Amino acid sequence: MIPFDFEYFHPSTVQMAVDLFQNLQRQGKRPMYYAGGTEIITFARVNSIQPGAVIDLKSIPECNVLAMQKDILVIGACVTLSALSEADPFPLLSAAAQGVADQTSRNKITLGGNISGKIHYREAVLPLLLANSRMVIAGTQGIRVTSIHKVFNQQMRLTSGEFLVQVLIDRDDVSLPFAYFKKREIGHVGYPLVTVAALRKNDEMRTAFSGVCAFPFRSAAIEQVLNDSSLPITARIERATGKLPASLLDNVEGSAAYREFVLKQTMADAVHRLERR
Amino acid sequence: MSSFDADHYRVELQVNGEQQTVRVRAAETLLYTLRDHLGLTGCKPGCNNGDCGACTILVDGQPMKSCLMLTVEAWGKQITTIEGLAGSAVQRAFAQNQAFQCGYCTPGFIMNCEGLRHVHPQADEETVRIWLESNICRCTSYEEIHRAVKDVFAINTDLNRNLNTDK
Repeated sequence: MIPFDFEYFHPSTVQMAVDLFQNLQRQGKRPMYYAGGTEIITFARVNSIQPGAVIDLKSIPECNVLAMQKDILVIGACVTLSALSEADPFPLLSAAAQGVADQTSRNKITLGGNISGKIHYREAVLPLLLANSRMVIAGTQGIRVTSIHKVFNQQMRLTSGEFLVQVLIDRDDVSLPFAYFKKREIGHVGYPLVTVAALRKNDEMRTAFSGVCAFPFRSAAIEQVLNDSSLPITARIERATGKLPASLLDNVEGSAAYREFVLKQTMADAVHRLERR
Repeated sequence: MSSFDADHYRVELQVNGEQQTVRVRAAETLLYTLRDHLGLTGCKPGCNNGDCGACTILVDGQPMKSCLMLTVEAWGKQITTIEGLAGSAVQRAFAQNQAFQCGYCTPGFIMNCEGLRHVHPQADEETVRIWLESNICRCTSYEEIHRAVKDVFAINTDLNRNLNTDK
């Protein structure tokens, strides 16, 4: 039971959503954009957030697109993770989507919600980082299309009133060889100890991680080391582990030391898998 | 959906084939609307956090955790609760396999399995495994639940063959 009230809006166009946000913000109602809503409901229930209004984006047609348009895969921010993995237009993204929460929850969790959320794993972003995807973002200045690397740094960094409308991925990148490993403390459902996503393009391996630090990331420094074929794999893994962008996560899912052990093993699995292909 | 007054919304729902109109707060989850407004107590509050699956219902044929859905989001949707089933094949399989102990989680498991039948009528063993991970049984009746669901999909594992021979 959510212990406070908020107003609910479900605009049918991008412009209506942007205008609503501005108006509600001016009225001091602390609006939030809402897609699947699982995280908002969860946090609101325990009073961690108190929006005065939510703007449900699911009635906006552009947010529900899932189609190859010419040579670009277009995925609307409100496409659910289960719909994504069912349609399977980008197998690495399907693998990542299927690792989030459980099947029934994935009927509600959306791509945009997962990567824009506050819970720090946000694993659906890993394939998007590896594919150098572009993001279609709506705001008061209109629509802008920008590289994911410009708006996702540890988390989505949008200006107030902006929201993610779509993700664009080049056709050439959706069928590249990949490896995806999600290691949990136990079982098949839950947050990761370590998640490693890897993709090979032009004989170069790209890697992205979740569960390792307190945010998901792709690191050029780690990729440079892992692609140095003059070194044996064990040396590459050791050096790559020294180039993490922040300290290892240490929480109920696993200690930092255990995560480091699992990370090294998982990185080795990813390198072996992609170098064999 | 129209705003009803300053704090409440008038929402029209199709629940178990019947048109229903409820007056709710926007912050109210579908779980409590079904239970407290419509008296459909088959969907159970468990964790209220999307983890346990006891509150699972079908929304337009898809399993959904009703604790993670606002009632206002369900406007115009086709909702099915355990009360909307009447002696379905899934219910019979659960009864025949005694796939319950205390029974609190049972409606959620059954609705999830009904959703699986709807979405994947020919589900294989791996698909069944993945879907059943959405629900938790604190009495740990998993063996019997899996057997019941596999019966529904006529999945003949060695375990099922042996158990069915023993019947």
